[in-house]
Amino acid sequence: MAATEPIVEMTDISIEFPGVKALQNVQLRLYPGEVHTLMGENGAGKSTLIKALTGVYKIDSGSIRVSGGPRQFSGTADAQSAGISTVYQEVNLCDNLTVGENVMLGNEIRGAFGINWKKTHEAAHEALVGLGLGDLDPRQPLSSISLALQQLVAISRAMVAKSKVLILDEPTSSLDANEVEGLFTVMRRLRDQGVAILFVSHFLDQVYAISDRLTVLRNGEFVGEHLTRDLGRSQLISLMIGKDFETLASLGSNRRRDARESGEQPFYSAAGLGRKGSIEPVDIAVYPGEVVGLAGLLGSGRTELGRLMYGADRPDTGEVTIGGKSTEVHSPVTGLATKIAFSTENRRDEGIVGDLTVRENLILAVQARRGWARPLSKREQKELCDKYLVELNVRPSDPERPIKNLSGGNQQKVLLGRWLATKPELLILDEPTRGIDIGAKAEIQEAIATLAEDGMSVVFISSELEEVVRLSERIVVLKDHRKIGEIINGPDITADTIVDLIASDGAEAQGVEAFEPEPEPAAFAAEGSTN
Amino acid sequence: MSNTSSGAASFLKTSVKQPYIWAIAALVLLLIINLIKDPSYLGISVNAVTGDLSGNLIDILRASAPIMMIAVGMTLVIATRGIDLSVGSVMAVSGAVSMEFMHDAGDGSLGSALMAIALALGISAFLGLINGVLVSIVGLQPFITTLIMMLAGRGLAKVITSGQNTSASNEFFRWIANGTVLGFPVVFIIGAVIVALVALLVRRSALGLMIESIGINPKAARMAGIRPVGLLIFVYILSGVLAGVAGIFSTASVMTVEVAKTGFSSEMDAILAVVIGGTSLAGGKFSLTGSVIGALLIATLDKTIVFLAIPSSATPAFKAIVIVAICLLQSQRVRALFSQRRARTSTPRKEAVSA
Repeated sequence: MAATEPIVEMTDISIEFPGVKALQNVQLRLYPGEVHTLMGENGAGKSTLIKALTGVYKIDSGSIRVSGGPRQFSGTADAQSAGISTVYQEVNLCDNLTVGENVMLGNEIRGAFGINWKKTHEAAHEALVGLGLGDLDPRQPLSSISLALQQLVAISRAMVAKSKVLILDEPTSSLDANEVEGLFTVMRRLRDQGVAILFVSHFLDQVYAISDRLTVLRNGEFVGEHLTRDLGRSQLISLMIGKDFETLASLGSNRRRDARESGEQPFYSAAGLGRKGSIEPVDIAVYPGEVVGLAGLLGSGRTELGRLMYGADRPDTGEVTIGGKSTEVHSPVTGLATKIAFSTENRRDEGIVGDLTVRENLILAVQARRGWARPLSKREQKELCDKYLVELNVRPSDPERPIKNLSGGNQQKVLLGRWLATKPELLILDEPTRGIDIGAKAEIQEAIATLAEDGMSVVFISSELEEVVRLSERIVVLKDHRKIGEIINGPDITADTIVDLIASDGAEAQGVEAFEPEPEPAAFAAEGSTN
Repeated sequence: MSNTSSGAASFLKTSVKQPYIWAIAALVLLLIINLIKDPSYLGISVNAVTGDLSGNLIDILRASAPIMMIAVGMTLVIATRGIDLSVGSVMAVSGAVSMEFMHDAGDGSLGSALMAIALALGISAFLGLINGVLVSIVGLQPFITTLIMMLAGRGLAKVITSGQNTSASNEFFRWIANGTVLGFPVVFIIGAVIVALVALLVRRSALGLMIESIGINPKAARMAGIRPVGLLIFVYILSGVLAGVAGIFSTASVMTVEVAKTGFSSEMDAILAVVIGGTSLAGGKFSLTGSVIGALLIATLDKTIVFLAIPSSATPAFKAIVIVAICLLQSQRVRALFSQRRARTSTPRKEAVSA
């Protein structure tokens, strides 16, 4: 399937930032008609390598050859005009324009009187049809379609620019299974048209489902290039983290439901907790030392429930009892005051305060609790930093570095530290492991299990059902903004149990517009368009 | 001498990394230009009888005091992603209230001076409170809110004085602007003390951290349990009070409030001082030191324009050119351009030829 000549060949690339060797003698070859996955933990140098290719960073040594000739791009625009397009995790499109305008941006069709919008939209439609997205109306505002479709629009845009190389930087991290399949259909189609695709993802299943070849990086160094079919999963993981898979596999596998005495009081219980347009009234209880999983598809209401419990959104209905006392939680301030902490799924927009240092981010919630007039002393701040940066293994463990310069996994650990520093009794974690590498993921999962053993109540929200099953004692299953069931975890419970529960609940068949779902998991196909 | 020079060296070292280094450079440059025109420009003479210091530098310090006040308030407002366009009008209101009160009291006593100050600051704080409530609780945009207050404040000042430029005589009040302590102008000393107090308040408490976090990422700050409402009201009240102080400073020197002129377009000076000082108009990280330096620069610039006898019609253009130059030097992109050029000339790239 691979052509003999690579379209992009990067040889012995090295980049040095002040004090850090970001890349050392890294190789990368992209062949036309192939999906090539770039693997590595956070901070391994994946993004740096992509930015070196597109000219955002200047390389210190090594060579880049595109279509046989040496090239050095001066930036993404330059790379794009040479046929190398990048679609980022956070889609870089204009929300306020229509789908068609986004697809054709910069390539509008001009007539005698400026832009001919009719023809432009027709061309956009053609481009969308080319990706199997013919059902999508180019005149729809971009903001009205789901994130997954927006990503496909971004890809269409790259194709209008006649790209020969398409770089997809973590495109799947906020998509659900069905949407991922839709993306893969498009990727396969493009691959068959001879486009070289560079794919970055943290999901092993996806990597094995889509890629033909993979390159592994570790700590900025080139570990190897392999054909995907020749490399087993455990081999790949040990290549990535440079150590055995054992620690990971053993984690939490013996999680069981602790026997609860009949008279025990839950730490948190709510009856009929709901908010109009967000989630229908739900009953939920969390006992001390218990991990309760919230499972459901994207848009099922799992995040909304977590937000209501914390007070990030104000509930309209419901009686909340915390520690035996009837309480009202209607704002983050009251949430924190009642010893609840909530770690958001939206790390960048609602989690970190980018320009502040790691230390300032870590102490922020504790400081907010104490009020402005009682600042934490230098010594107290240092104690908190020392404790949590070490305990959670934050790298680099420099508290005075701006948090925005840390990798996603390490930002997540700092945020986890921020909430732990408030000494919560109920910790709500919304997608704490999304978009972070396997090593950090294991560390965070381990931290959660330890916290629960120490008596903290945890509500764990994740789109990875395996992860929910592995960590939770009890699983609340949500669908279409309501609770459809509760599963007590045990040896015979698997991710399939949850999938079956979701699928069997009012199996109204309803395809996803624009996607052509493969006959993949029936449960996901039945759901899909809820977000 | 050696002690102070080593202290100055370490101050220089930390300052070089600050964005306001260019403001300091411009300040020095302006003084040098003045020095070339008149070699005795920087001379400070001591009045043998009163011990007062006098000279151009002292004049600059005196003139910078009101700008310093509004610049410091503006810095905190801007750090929260807001802006306060009403500071100039609040200056006029403050001046009008104090002049009108002392004019009516007519006794020139210390008591009426203190009462005038209390009234002026009280009403300034109240105007700031209105701004703060409209921005934080009602949720109006800061630009619109304070633009309205800018118009309303000017109108209020005219109502207070019935449209007249009211004068009063009170030696105690006058002393604020024209008096000296140990030879230094009182107005600068009061200004410096107030700046120091504000700096201590925001940096020694957690206010600074909280203001910065709601400026950088309001959603994340809310999720971390920070209440933005109180903080926003606080910064607008502080900005109002400081504008009130500035109003007292600038009316006390002539003991007259010119309702149409006092504080006119001062909000521009304040915003410029903040920007020159390296605080981004997008909010977030702020530097009070930078804003003070910005205020000094603007005072120096005003003085220089007069000293160089630049025709008054060309004054705004000259001011604009100097400020644009500083902003250009501070901008990331221009700096990147310079460093790129340096890198290119030192190591010519082969790829550039072959590509």
